[in-house]
Amino acid sequence: MPTWPTFERVTGLHPPVSVPEYRSNLLRAPRQPLLVLPQNLTEVTAPVFGADRIGATDSDLTRQFADEPVGQRIIVYGRVTESDGRAVPDTLVEIWQANAAGRYRHASDNWPAPIDPNFAGGGRTITDADGNYRFTTIQPGAYPWGNHPNAWRPAHIHFSLFGRAFTQRLVTQMYFPGDPLMPYDPILNSIPDEKARQRLVARFDLDHTQPDWALAFEFNLVLRGTPFEAENDD
Amino acid sequence: MTELTPSQTVGPFLHIGLPWPDGPFAASPDTPDAIAIEGRLIDGAGNPVPDGLIETWQVASNGHRGFGRCATDQDGWYRIITVRPDPQPDRAGAVEAPHLDVSVFSRGLLHHLVTRLYFPDATENAADPVLSAVPEDRRATLVATAIDGGYRFDIVLQGDGETVFFDV
Repeated sequence: MPTWPTFERVTGLHPPVSVPEYRSNLLRAPRQPLLVLPQNLTEVTAPVFGADRIGATDSDLTRQFADEPVGQRIIVYGRVTESDGRAVPDTLVEIWQANAAGRYRHASDNWPAPIDPNFAGGGRTITDADGNYRFTTIQPGAYPWGNHPNAWRPAHIHFSLFGRAFTQRLVTQMYFPGDPLMPYDPILNSIPDEKARQRLVARFDLDHTQPDWALAFEFNLVLRGTPFEAENDD
Repeated sequence: MTELTPSQTVGPFLHIGLPWPDGPFAASPDTPDAIAIEGRLIDGAGNPVPDGLIETWQVASNGHRGFGRCATDQDGWYRIITVRPDPQPDRAGAVEAPHLDVSVFSRGLLHHLVTRLYFPDATENAADPVLSAVPEDRRATLVATAIDGGYRFDIVLQGDGETVFFDV
């Protein structure tokens, strides 16, 4: 009989399925309860992506055009680990974001802030052997959205990660410390626990700034681990 | 649990970061036994979801990537090319029928949804432990329909005919 790692089940961490304060959720949230899927071979494996998926400028969003984008240059770096602290090496990290004015380069984003011809807003990289990743980009702006009167999204960067198992797949958003819009945001506040919300707020890191070039923010991501079956982990 | 990172929605602009030109090809379309998996993503009002993303995962074999990713179009359609996986043992020694794990991402979903696609003509379905644990009247939502060149698998997020979704 095969022995596979068992990933911890998570309760109370993620936003609930139904969040009526988030208007787009109303017609998209399932009404039936989720059924428990056992973790078998499909669930404990994940696709493996090589460096061939990563282009030369994919991790530096300020270098994707002949000229530089407008905005504050920032370095966003961090480590991807599991809950027991072990690194998640060689895993794909994808990001996307608005430009410095808070405008996405996307046909569906048409609020009157300028498109930056030198900023596409998408990046990808692969974590190193210790789970570290690093992007250079520009500080995204806040933007209005139609969720409720005078609704503004706090500045954020979208993150997508695979990990080493289907159970670890994670899409989330990174926020910036001190952003005054965070208390009003139904998306961030859909996370029930305040401490968990704070884990989505990056840490300003003076030590990692690039002098005369870019500010730095540290954003670490922790994926589900296998605490109950350590003896079966390789 | 220690300091796990919580989930957030992909939002409406996922197309900037997630789709790849070769994303829909979990297997090369030149593979002799390649099949198409296609269908529509539907919301609780019966309308197509035009800003979703579907991912499929199956244990990779024979050099296939095993992973497919396709954004939905204006009418909610996605299409992924893959091969049919083999049955496989589960932890308890039972046999899981051929299946794909399917993830659904979209604006409005704060955590992606997970479902499974089964094949309508697989004899192993009858004894599949996961299918068998689903209430009988909802089981059909996990079974694709045979079409020319592959299978159709619609995903209904809410309401009548709501697809069964799983906590992995």
